[in-house]
Amino acid sequence: MINFLNQHGSELIIKTWEQIYISALALFLGIIVAVPLGIILTRYEKTAKYVMSISSMLQTIPSLALLTLMIPIFGIGKLPSIVALFIYSLLPILRNTYIGMNKVNKNLIDAAKGLGMTTAQSIFKVEIPMAMPIIMAGVRLSAVYVISWSTLASYIGAGGLGDFIFNGLNLYNPALIIGGTIPVSILAILTDYLLGKFEKKVTPITKSGVKK
Amino acid sequence: MSTAKEIVSFRNVAKKYRGGSIGVENINVTIKEGEFVCFIGTSGSGKTTTMRMINRMIDPSKGKITFKGHNIRHYDPVRLRRTIGYVIQNNGLMPHMTIQENITLVPKLLKWPQEKMDKKAHELIKLADLPESYLDRYPAELSGGQQQRIGVVRALAADQDLILMDEPFGALDPITRDDLQELIKHLQEELGKTIVFVTHDMDEALKLATHIVIMDSGHVIQDDTPDNILQHPANDFVKDLLGEERLLQAQQNTLSVSDIMSTNPAKITLGKSLAEAIRTMSLRHVDYLLVTDDDNKLKGYIDLETINERYSKDASVSDIYNRTRMKFNKDSYLRDTSEKILKQGYKYVPIVDKDNYLIGTVTRASLVNIIYDAIWGKEELDNPDEIKLPASIAKGSDKS
Ligand SMILES: Nc1ncnc2c1ncn2[C@@H]1O[C@H](COP(=O)(O)OP(=O)(O)OP(=O)(O)O)[C@@H](O)[C@H]1O
Ligand SMILES: [Mg+2]
Repeated sequence: MINFLNQHGSELIIKTWEQIYISALALFLGIIVAVPLGIILTRYEKTAKYVMSISSMLQTIPSLALLTLMIPIFGIGKLPSIVALFIYSLLPILRNTYIGMNKVNKNLIDAAKGLGMTTAQSIFKVEIPMAMPIIMAGVRLSAVYVISWSTLASYIGAGGLGDFIFNGLNLYNPALIIGGTIPVSILAILTDYLLGKFEKKVTPITKSGVKK
Repeated sequence: MSTAKEIVSFRNVAKKYRGGSIGVENINVTIKEGEFVCFIGTSGSGKTTTMRMINRMIDPSKGKITFKGHNIRHYDPVRLRRTIGYVIQNNGLMPHMTIQENITLVPKLLKWPQEKMDKKAHELIKLADLPESYLDRYPAELSGGQQQRIGVVRALAADQDLILMDEPFGALDPITRDDLQELIKHLQEELGKTIVFVTHDMDEALKLATHIVIMDSGHVIQDDTPDNILQHPANDFVKDLLGEERLLQAQQNTLSVSDIMSTNPAKITLGKSLAEAIRTMSLRHVDYLLVTDDDNKLKGYIDLETINERYSKDASVSDIYNRTRMKFNKDSYLRDTSEKILKQGYKYVPIVDKDNYLIGTVTRASLVNIIYDAIWGKEELDNPDEIKLPASIAKGSDKS
């Protein structure tokens, strides 16, 4: 263990950072595309159905295949990996945003409108806060997917902890495989935990005495 | 009432929903300031549709609606809604906002300064008759009735003078409902708010409304005061909606004392001698006389007992007559007076006009007769038109 860290310590830090960087960027892009899209889709029921089935379809493409498909378009390296992971992150967030927004009590939306909120005010002050727990659950799910799949991204030259694992596989070196896998798992668990915390924070309070 | 300014009017308004279903047709209703208007009718009759067209939650497909004299099409819908209070069933409070935030939701949209909003919140929580400490609570921490109290006062937060309510108390138990009805009646009567109220419940409508609009399958069937509707229901639909019980009661309730009074009261003027008084009494077979001045204004009464006690040859009626006496105006309703007369055991009560001129008496006997008539009438109700009624009422019902 010590030996492994001595030998690969600095590399481990760099690779972990790459992993975080790729995943975070993909997730971030996923959020800024899927959340607004999910909200817009609640206003267009018919289109929503198509978009949902298309993104479900994308989800079923094997991850390795999707990564490979990126190569002719973006070449190899970080960019195609981020794009592929971004596509994966879309569905859970999109679906949860859509469901969450649709599940908001229609009575409340009616009240918001009747009291004189603009559509934007209704969305930001009422609907999103109410849908937040479900949207966040989607984000958490995507985050965990993206982190674990970003391991595969090293296959097309994105770097990251996947490098350890693939090297380990090629060289029949279990230490490298484990040395790559453990940080990925820790990363995923930690992210899930932190996002869980964050989810609590953004969930609207509905009872006094509940301190954030 | 008739001098009040109109606040909302519907002119030939129709709403056709997409897909062709007809919401309402040919709506012509005028709502005046300070009125309590109840829209009542069966499910699907178009009450909600009509009400929601006022604050442009629904836009009419035809016709013209005005608010304070202007076509509502010329108002920005968002701004219009901020100037009209809105209360819905199940309160529509925002669960993630405190009571204070809920109450000041519209003021906040209008960008009021914080102190003004705080002041308003405190003022309104008092109006809702809830402790100020509730301002920091969340809706889930209030009972259903308390939540709806907040829902009601929230509609006044920006000093709206027109408030729309769509079956606001449908989900409440009868006692809580009573309380809230009192609250909104107070808003209308004391604070001068105009209230447009949708309900299924005829008792609620009769209790609260000053103006009832009865709807059926998208049309206004009758649009009048509760009394007029009770007395002259427009058709069988309205009669059914009211029910036999209420119609009967209404007929009784809307009799005024002048409908049953005798116009030939035993009376005497102030200047007459007591001997004259006794003579009149024996002539009329009574032991009392009403006392008037020479212009026939009611002064009081005199009875045989008093005369016996205080008789002297030179005394006149004005020396010993009794000044205090229950009397009623000729227009007062029997429903308000009969109980008093019967309970207090008066044999007769003088009836005066607005200038206190004596015009008749109602005797206990005639009152009892009327009540028996009403009960007797009940058995004959197969054809309510045949109930024997005083001429004034029978005439009126021909109109409908
Ligand atoms: N959004 C809509 N799309 C199509 N038709 C509608 C819509 N809203 C109402 N309607 C129709 O318009 C008519 C009037 O409906 P409205 O909701 O005004 O009735 P209501 O008197 O309020 O009934 P309720 O007492 O059940 O609330 C009904 O026939 C209803 O089916
Ligand atoms: Mg309705």
